[in-house]
Amino acid sequence: MTAEPILEVQHITKLFGSVIALSDVSAKVYAGEVTCLLGDNGAGKSTLIKILSGVHQQTEGDYYFEGEKVKFNSPREALERGIATVYQDLSLIPLMPIWRNFFLGLEPVKGWGPFKRFDIDFAKRTVRQELLKMGIDIRDPGQAVGTMSGGERQSIAIARAVYFGAKVLILDEPTAALGVKQAGVVLKYIVQAKARGLGVIFITHNPHHAYAVGDRFIILKRGRTLGIWSKDEITREDMIRAMSGADELEALSHELDELARRDAAKKQLELAQAEAEVADELEEGEKLFDE
Amino acid sequence: MTVKTASPPTRDERVAELGAFRSMLRRPEVGAVLGALVVWFFFAAITPEHWIGLGGVARIIDSSATLGIMAIAVALLMIGGEFDLSAGVMTGTAGLIAGLLSTQAGMNFWAAAGIALVFALTVGYINGLMVVKTGLPSFIVTLATFFILRGANVGVTKMLTDQVRVSGIDKVSGFALARTIFNTEITIFGEKFWTAFIWWIVLAIVATWILQRTQWGNWIFATGGDANAARNVGVPAMKVKIALFMTTAGAAWLVGIMNDVRLRSAVASQGIGQEFVYIIAAVIGGCLLTGGYGSAIGAAIGALIFGMARVGIVFVGWPTDWFFSFLGVMLLVAVLVNNYTRKRAEAMTTAMAKARAESQEEDEA
Ligand SMILES: Nc1ncnc2c1ncn2[C@@H]1O[C@H](COP(=O)(O)OP(=O)(O)OP(=O)(O)O)[C@@H](O)[C@H]1O
Ligand SMILES: [Mg+2]
Repeated sequence: MTAEPILEVQHITKLFGSVIALSDVSAKVYAGEVTCLLGDNGAGKSTLIKILSGVHQQTEGDYYFEGEKVKFNSPREALERGIATVYQDLSLIPLMPIWRNFFLGLEPVKGWGPFKRFDIDFAKRTVRQELLKMGIDIRDPGQAVGTMSGGERQSIAIARAVYFGAKVLILDEPTAALGVKQAGVVLKYIVQAKARGLGVIFITHNPHHAYAVGDRFIILKRGRTLGIWSKDEITREDMIRAMSGADELEALSHELDELARRDAAKKQLELAQAEAEVADELEEGEKLFDE
Repeated sequence: MTVKTASPPTRDERVAELGAFRSMLRRPEVGAVLGALVVWFFFAAITPEHWIGLGGVARIIDSSATLGIMAIAVALLMIGGEFDLSAGVMTGTAGLIAGLLSTQAGMNFWAAAGIALVFALTVGYINGLMVVKTGLPSFIVTLATFFILRGANVGVTKMLTDQVRVSGIDKVSGFALARTIFNTEITIFGEKFWTAFIWWIVLAIVATWILQRTQWGNWIFATGGDANAARNVGVPAMKVKIALFMTTAGAAWLVGIMNDVRLRSAVASQGIGQEFVYIIAAVIGGCLLTGGYGSAIGAAIGALIFGMARVGIVFVGWPTDWFFSFLGVMLLVAVLVNNYTRKRAEAMTTAMAKARAESQEEDEA
């Protein structure tokens, strides 16, 4: 582990109009480590990484990259510094073929001056190789991305970020649509990227995935930092409890018990009523019979 | 890491064959090519004596060339996800500026044309900037530009000349050279052609090359397909859109100058109403109204269909009033054909993916 963080944010606040998406969040990301960003839906995870990748700009607070204060006005600027991102929405263009999507924004070029052109052969070849590494065998790199399965699309977005991520790799729920096997491949990718000395930021709702590869855990809750732990400071059980909010979980289980009890009570009541009705009918029947 | 072994070559070949057939059907300009053939044979059957032969070709090409140049630029913009309703009237504005500055202010024609170009590009830049900064539909923004320019064209021309036309452009210095370069008459095998058609062909090739072979082409498709996603992965989507608005304005300038040197005069009503014709030509050429898909060659062919209809209706002797009805029918047919071919291509892709999955399962079993 290096002493200096490769990427650091201090006291970040982000407003969308009157919505406070992030409030006073500070975090450090180290090269050669996997930092897991955890938290509920709407906690602000995607917003935070979009600030890191230049999609949004913070309303307040500072952003340091490699010790230098930076302000990225566009994702292109972040990419040029070696920060690559797999967005939650994948950011693929459905009508475009795989090879065009893969290199979109950072096209390999050949030729000179006005004849500078997209190196298409290289692009097609590289796309096949990179996806084959993920266990996805595409015969036709010209296939439109919109016609592929959700998992295949996710794999393309991940392969792209891994290919271009030189210093920091950000993955926003990269395993959400993946089968067990492909998810395993992605986790291996994360470990490999870490071994290559990249700083990895990994967002997931799956605590097992997080604990398996994470070195450091940042938990956000409703736009605020709930806590930051390194792996030796927290057990998996504690992390899961923190992720879901232990008190809330207890309250939830109480609530569930209560519901179940009420349900049972209600059922008993209904049963009693039904029995009574049957008994009444029987009685009436008997009376009729007697008469 | 587990890596799936490469498949046996036999199966690869089958996929490749299907791929070639599919990619042909998948080309956006398929509908335009078919449409052009249908229209050509239609008039060839009715009026072969006018139609077949170099004379007919010259008339058709003359009728399509400047329209084709505009359709190509408008197609690029539509692929990038926007419209420009000021493109038609801008041909008039550019022609008028060059004409007025040279005849009224005594400027050299080239200097006047240069100022007209700067003006056109500035208007294109402002159109683009307003669209990307406000997020308003370009339909509305450029409709406003259209009305402003339309009013100014007549207003300024009347103010300076007391007429609604600028004449005598051929008397100014620099005119002869401009005519030679932009639009002059040449004779090929005894038939007269206007050289604007050479510009049309060259621009169609250049635009296609840019779209298919360059980084900018990739950015144009992506910006029209999903501007946010494109920006997220590093495409300067706003710059792309602004550049495309400047391209249509630049093309309008070119056509304006071509009209100046051909007619030796400019009229204040030039180009009004043409903006929809450009859009229709681009749609016939395979551009989706939603952006992200289309072709420059297709738009050039779309313009050719127009040219054929315009000339053919005259040759056959039908009242020219019917031209617009013909336009409407062509547009409808084009949209339906585009829709059909695209759905078909997608269906085939899906079927192929399924077949592939099944054959893989068989292999594993
Ligand atoms: N562009 C935006 N405009 C307005 N509000 C936004 C925008 N983006 C995010 N928000 C709001 O910010 C909050 C945090 O959203 P964010 O997407 O960061 O959550 P998240 O932690 O990624 O959740 P999830 O796990 O569901 O992906 C939400 O309340 C959301 O509505
Ligand atoms: Mg999110």
